[in-house]
Amino acid sequence: MVSGPRRDRLGQLTDALERADVRGRGGAGFPTATKLRAVEAQRGTPTIIVNAAEGEPLSQKDRYLLTGRGDTVLDGALAAANALSADEIVIAVDQGSPAEAAAIGRAVQARPDLTRRGLRTTVQVVPSGYVTGQETALIAALAGGEPKPTQTPPYPFERGRRGRPTLVSNTETYSHIGRVARGTYDGTRLLTVSGAVEQPGLIETTSDTTMAGLLQSAGGITESIQGVLLGGYAGTWTTMADAAALKLDEQVLRERGLTLGAGIVFLLAGSCCPVAEVARVAKWMSTESAGQCGPCVHGLGAIAGALEQLTVPGDGFRSCVQIRSWSEMVKKRGACAHPDGVARFVTTALTVFAAEFDDHAHHGRCDRCADSTALPTPRRRRRTYGSNTLRYGIPLSQIEPQAAWR
Amino acid sequence: MIQWYVIRASGVVALGLLTVTVVLGLLNRSRVTSDRWPRFVIDRLHRNASLLAIAFLCVHIVTAITDTWVSVRLVDVFIPFRGTYRPLWVGLGATAVDLLAAVIVTSLVRVRLGVKTWRGVHWLAYLAWPVAVAHGLGIGTDSGQIWMLGIEVICIGSVLAALAVRLAAPVRLAGQAW
Amino acid sequence: MTQQLRVNPIECTAHGLCAELIPERVTLDDWGYPIVDDTAIDKDLVALARRAVAACPVFALKLATDARRPR
Repeated sequence: MVSGPRRDRLGQLTDALERADVRGRGGAGFPTATKLRAVEAQRGTPTIIVNAAEGEPLSQKDRYLLTGRGDTVLDGALAAANALSADEIVIAVDQGSPAEAAAIGRAVQARPDLTRRGLRTTVQVVPSGYVTGQETALIAALAGGEPKPTQTPPYPFERGRRGRPTLVSNTETYSHIGRVARGTYDGTRLLTVSGAVEQPGLIETTSDTTMAGLLQSAGGITESIQGVLLGGYAGTWTTMADAAALKLDEQVLRERGLTLGAGIVFLLAGSCCPVAEVARVAKWMSTESAGQCGPCVHGLGAIAGALEQLTVPGDGFRSCVQIRSWSEMVKKRGACAHPDGVARFVTTALTVFAAEFDDHAHHGRCDRCADSTALPTPRRRRRTYGSNTLRYGIPLSQIEPQAAWR
Repeated sequence: MIQWYVIRASGVVALGLLTVTVVLGLLNRSRVTSDRWPRFVIDRLHRNASLLAIAFLCVHIVTAITDTWVSVRLVDVFIPFRGTYRPLWVGLGATAVDLLAAVIVTSLVRVRLGVKTWRGVHWLAYLAWPVAVAHGLGIGTDSGQIWMLGIEVICIGSVLAALAVRLAAPVRLAGQAW
Repeated sequence: MTQQLRVNPIECTAHGLCAELIPERVTLDDWGYPIVDDTAIDKDLVALARRAVAACPVFALKLATDARRPR
């Protein structure tokens, strides 16, 4: 929309980002150059938001980047702000990470180019929550409201923070932008590896890294692996056999119906019960719902309830068919992708661990159910969301159970 | 003399239709539904009853203003308690007219208003109805008659019954603990 | 100019009038919430679609001509 130097600055940056094929690292993988151009095409002064909310329990990279590589993140935010002639940069940090917030705050203060005339950079704390990192929920939280998604359109790039065009991107995305702007981008990304490996943690990978290579960098596995979770709690399960040969490249994985999400690889140990793990995470994810949309509130609750039935003692048959049909039923029915993520997480697990689910369907609780706590489900401070929380809908007990369920 | 009867009759019919409107509105809010009475039917009947009530109300007002025996001016229809003829009871009628006008007009243009505004004004209906009933009881020259009392009892009774349904209607909880 | 029915899931509180009025495009899920088929509304359905939009007590149902899909 603006000619001259700003257009050139943006053009240079987006060309470089396109050549390097930089994509969003928050999970969606949207091409960053396209996003920048979309913001630029809008009227109004843009705002830059660095999304370091990191509500995904299995991910640690954003926290690390704020403390260990704060300067590259700030380089990226500044490059984007200059290219878009933005007048504000907001770094949104989860309230459960005060040390990281303080660290990036100090880094901001140490950089006069971030607080020059015409640009204001602040670090703001947002409530913890899985959905808090969703773009529109984050904007709502930064405006002082509840961290709940809003209806799109309008999308943040058109009308976001304070009604202005807003660029919301993940911490690592800005780190990549920063490195591209300085010419030091080498195509590496951070993956959080956890579960049955000797050295869980952050590992730098390229698009050529294979699962085998990754596990080697993590010090090798500690016991036999039942399954691999890629992409976190809104991600996809796969078998070790299928994963072993794969390159950890998002495009390659998507062709197989898999995703790395925010760069997460979790190895489920053989000693765990996959059914109990999936049931516990599904229950946790259902409580992480913003509580605005009926299909999410009721659907995820129903799915979690059905999964829980598989982990109680007793020999009565419980069908998994209902779980699959409810997972299908909640897709694309919410204001955000939360129900879709849980649906993906659950249905891929049903496929990968078909034998274990079948066993639980017939016999209920197994002897590994109780001790299986491999996947973290952190307790959040209890939240009450008031009148916007849904109370209508048909309760589970009134839904006609399919013949084979219960 | 006929005009006098028309004023009273149209007033009673308007009140009856307003009662039907309020009852249907309460049932709608309570999400009462059946195969023969789906939600959209109750919703439409509520709307149509209210418009019919307004039609009879207009007859009631016009005949009251043009009647030579009582001096109710046009302005007294909308500004309450200022007239010379029984200002209190006519005033209550005027209050009801004002409230109903707000409810009806906002409902006709509700798509432009947004839910909160529309709903906020619509709550005035809960005030308009008892004010209309009071107007009828106080001003009505038939108030002492048995049949009139019967009509009042039926009207008040049905609204109270519908209110009970509304308050007792279970909010269908999801079973979630928030 | 094709039109589609869309529901705002945040506003929707499962009153169900939409499914009663235009079952050709709206069915209810297991919890009473609308599953909206976003197939284009042809000429014969437009009047019914407009009626359904007007009937929604919380204005959650919309008739959109916009080609962009939400999310």
